[in-house]
Amino acid sequence: MATFESGLRYSESHEYVRVEGEFGYIGISDYAQHALGNVVYVDMPEVDDEVTAGEEFGAVESVKAASDLIAPVSGTVVEVNEALEDEPELLNKDAFANWIIKVQLSDPAELDNLMDVEAYKAHCEN
Amino acid sequence: MEKKTCLYDRHVALGALMSPFGGFIMPIQYTNITDEHNAVRQHCGVFDVSHMGEVRIAGPEAERYVQHIFTNDVAGAPVGQIYYGMMCYPNGGTVDDLLVYKMGDNDFFLVINAANIDKDVEWMQQQMQGFDIRFEHQSDYYGQLAVQGPEAEAVVEEVLGLPCKELKFYTAKTLDVADGDEGETIIISRTGYTGEDGFEIYGSHEFTQKAWDKLLESGRCKPCGLGCRDTLRFEVGLPLYGDELSADITPVMAGLSIFVKLDKEEFIGKEALAEQKANGAPARIIGIELADKAIPRHGYPVLNEAGEQVGEVTTGYHCLSVDKSVCMALVKSEFAKLGTPLQVQIRKKVFPGTVVKKQFYNKSYKK
Repeated sequence: MATFESGLRYSESHEYVRVEGEFGYIGISDYAQHALGNVVYVDMPEVDDEVTAGEEFGAVESVKAASDLIAPVSGTVVEVNEALEDEPELLNKDAFANWIIKVQLSDPAELDNLMDVEAYKAHCEN
Repeated sequence: MEKKTCLYDRHVALGALMSPFGGFIMPIQYTNITDEHNAVRQHCGVFDVSHMGEVRIAGPEAERYVQHIFTNDVAGAPVGQIYYGMMCYPNGGTVDDLLVYKMGDNDFFLVINAANIDKDVEWMQQQMQGFDIRFEHQSDYYGQLAVQGPEAEAVVEEVLGLPCKELKFYTAKTLDVADGDEGETIIISRTGYTGEDGFEIYGSHEFTQKAWDKLLESGRCKPCGLGCRDTLRFEVGLPLYGDELSADITPVMAGLSIFVKLDKEEFIGKEALAEQKANGAPARIIGIELADKAIPRHGYPVLNEAGEQVGEVTTGYHCLSVDKSVCMALVKSEFAKLGTPLQVQIRKKVFPGTVVKKQFYNKSYKK
């Protein structure tokens, strides 16, 4: 069964943001990694790339298919989780501990458009 | 609305991920593709392949008819022999790839792809004029199980009680199976679509359900979905209609000329295929190995070193048995030579690769 972590903001396409000051750590939810199955590749942007809320910034690939990663918030990439390059399966082991990119938020007000954990849980149940 | 196989309720009860394929709602995976893939490579897996279509062709001119529509040569075959080959259009394009079982003199059992059943039946019936044959479409009668893997022989013998040891690769036999007062004749063959030893078993829905239950209860056979069926067939370079074969991709382009017997007197598409073989096909299916881990998928552009598109990916995976990103692709023939540097565009980036043999993992058939 999928687990949910409180304190994060979630998008309908199953990405989360963990906000720390002016930065946001973006990853995929545990529900998403369950639905994908074995993750075999993570296509990530590069440091200094701009990501835009609602737009694709990379992809997570399972054996069967590629799923786009959609940015839940806008910002500048300040770090990518390089561990995923060699061990993409970390997303299956702990999707919340293994964020994908860290961005400097350009418009923190966008966070209000995202769901809290209760709303996200309800979204997954539908 | 997709059709359901006779095992649909069992798949749902097992919690399988169900998805449409070839007009049916089919199990893609029960646990995950990697585990199911490895079960077949190392032990034994069972697939519900009841979606496949079956046609029986019998009558005084059945052999002459099969020779007319089929690229392989069944003339004078012993009873029980199975042939892989294609049906082609007059221009050489592929109607479908199929197995032809010789069940008796002038009596053949044809196994066709689920997605092509309606098209194939219509095509075959259009070609019947002038042939004294009986054509029976049996897809709704037969269920089919594929038991695959190095332990398949022992599992079929011991769990299902079906003697199969003596069956040679690509041969079949019928077996009368009793069930109380009832009984039926099933067909079992040493065939498959995984690159491993294994058997395909055709029987009534009731037989198929009971056999499936026995296999799962035994614990010696893992239920496997179409997800790993595709990774397994891909790694050993077997084509899938719709990817490596189509109305636009001839068997010669797909590298399947060995199953096209141009020395046969006549068959539909012979002239076009002979011309392609003699003068070269415009494009060919090749293998590409990428240096990076990014995964090429069906439809992604294949580029030459100058960045011009010269083809497209037909199937690609991060290959489970050899831990490399590889694909099959249809490319212009001048780029088909082994060792040719090519690139694959994956989303916004371009990744370098090399043309390799399209068998990424060695088959281990028991012949």
